[in-house]
Amino acid sequence: MSDVVTIKGLTKKYGRRTALADCTLDIPAGHVVGLVGPNGAGKSTLLQLTCGLLAPTEGAIEVLGAAPMSGSPRVGFVAQDTPVYAGLTVAEHLRLGAHLNPGWDATLADGRIAELGLDPRQRAGKLSGGQRAQLALTLAIAKRPELLLLDEPVAALDPLARREFLQGLMSYAAEHGTSVVMSSHLVADLERVCDYLIVLVASRVRVAGEVEELLGTHHRLSGARRDPGELGPGRDVIAESHTDVQSTLVVRSSAPIEDPSWSVDGLNLEDLVLAYMSEAGRSGRDRVLEKR
Amino acid sequence: MIEFHLDSRSGVSPYLQLVQQVRQAMRLGLLKDGDRLPTVKDVVARVAINPNTVLKAYRELEYEGLVQPRPGLGTFVTRTLGGDDDSRAAHEPLRQELTEWFERARKAGLDDEVVEALLLSTFREFSEERAGRRG
Repeated sequence: MSDVVTIKGLTKKYGRRTALADCTLDIPAGHVVGLVGPNGAGKSTLLQLTCGLLAPTEGAIEVLGAAPMSGSPRVGFVAQDTPVYAGLTVAEHLRLGAHLNPGWDATLADGRIAELGLDPRQRAGKLSGGQRAQLALTLAIAKRPELLLLDEPVAALDPLARREFLQGLMSYAAEHGTSVVMSSHLVADLERVCDYLIVLVASRVRVAGEVEELLGTHHRLSGARRDPGELGPGRDVIAESHTDVQSTLVVRSSAPIEDPSWSVDGLNLEDLVLAYMSEAGRSGRDRVLEKR
Repeated sequence: MIEFHLDSRSGVSPYLQLVQQVRQAMRLGLLKDGDRLPTVKDVVARVAINPNTVLKAYRELEYEGLVQPRPGLGTFVTRTLGGDDDSRAAHEPLRQELTEWFERARKAGLDDEVVEALLLSTFREFSEERAGRRG
């Protein structure tokens, strides 16, 4: 399958501050992609570059085979905090959507609003956080986009509203085969809904790939304290911690690790993400082993 | 029709949880030859899970020869697990005895955790003994 997003050497600076540094990435079609990373890592910048709201400082980005274009009917975008017009009613939002988008699917939009039990005469400002998020999602998917981008869509929602939002999103993705890229802090949610993961830390892509492949190639090793440099080729140490007697490593290796002096375990997605985040936060002085 | 659920703390991958739940339902006779599995859309709408995960679970079940997709109709169970009718007929009296055992355990003052631990450890010992005799 082809790529929905192709990025080469992409850099975005706001004045002197670098939000995204030399990012190279291909996102294959047909996936639900999770974009994770700490606050300020550049997730929103990457999503806004992808939907054409921002222009890159350097590098190239192609979305669905063309330069990103703000307001493209082929790309749906739900911005952070799922913004809607507080003064407009639900019905007015739908009319606005129909007016602005040539490919507007009124059956889908009206059907979803009815299914959610939203009153079309209700002003959006009076909706609950969960209902507002559902309205914003409805507006984005009734465009029938080929690529749907969501910036922290569920961050502000309670667990029930979050589950309902993800149910709606997944059934839409299942029915229409739309590619989805979604940023979130909630790795437990991403573990359910995503089959592709991008970890962005400190303006850089640390790792990207299919979730299953990532889980299959990352291992947690623990054993007597030693220098991780001895692991050999093809094995990248992602994170390490040492006590006076023990070393614990997170290692990326496509070949299984058969050294009997290590006890080897799998990782879940959350541990994997945290390992990459802690690696980026590590500086020389934290490396206890070198102080020996 | 069965309903799937997902335990995010189990450490078992989501796709494998779905596979296990179908096998379990087949063993208990909840799913029989000819029964339809929920559609991918139904599952994702209910469980809030990636559609590819459901497809992968159904493919795995197909590979194991337990289900068969029929284009445009859905995915159907093609076998009955858990033995023949005779062995399933034995389920009910066994379940009855187990229920009585639970009642006695409760009367003896055992709480849920102790009951579960006792049940599992006895079952494990029993299985190991049998395996030992065979080997």
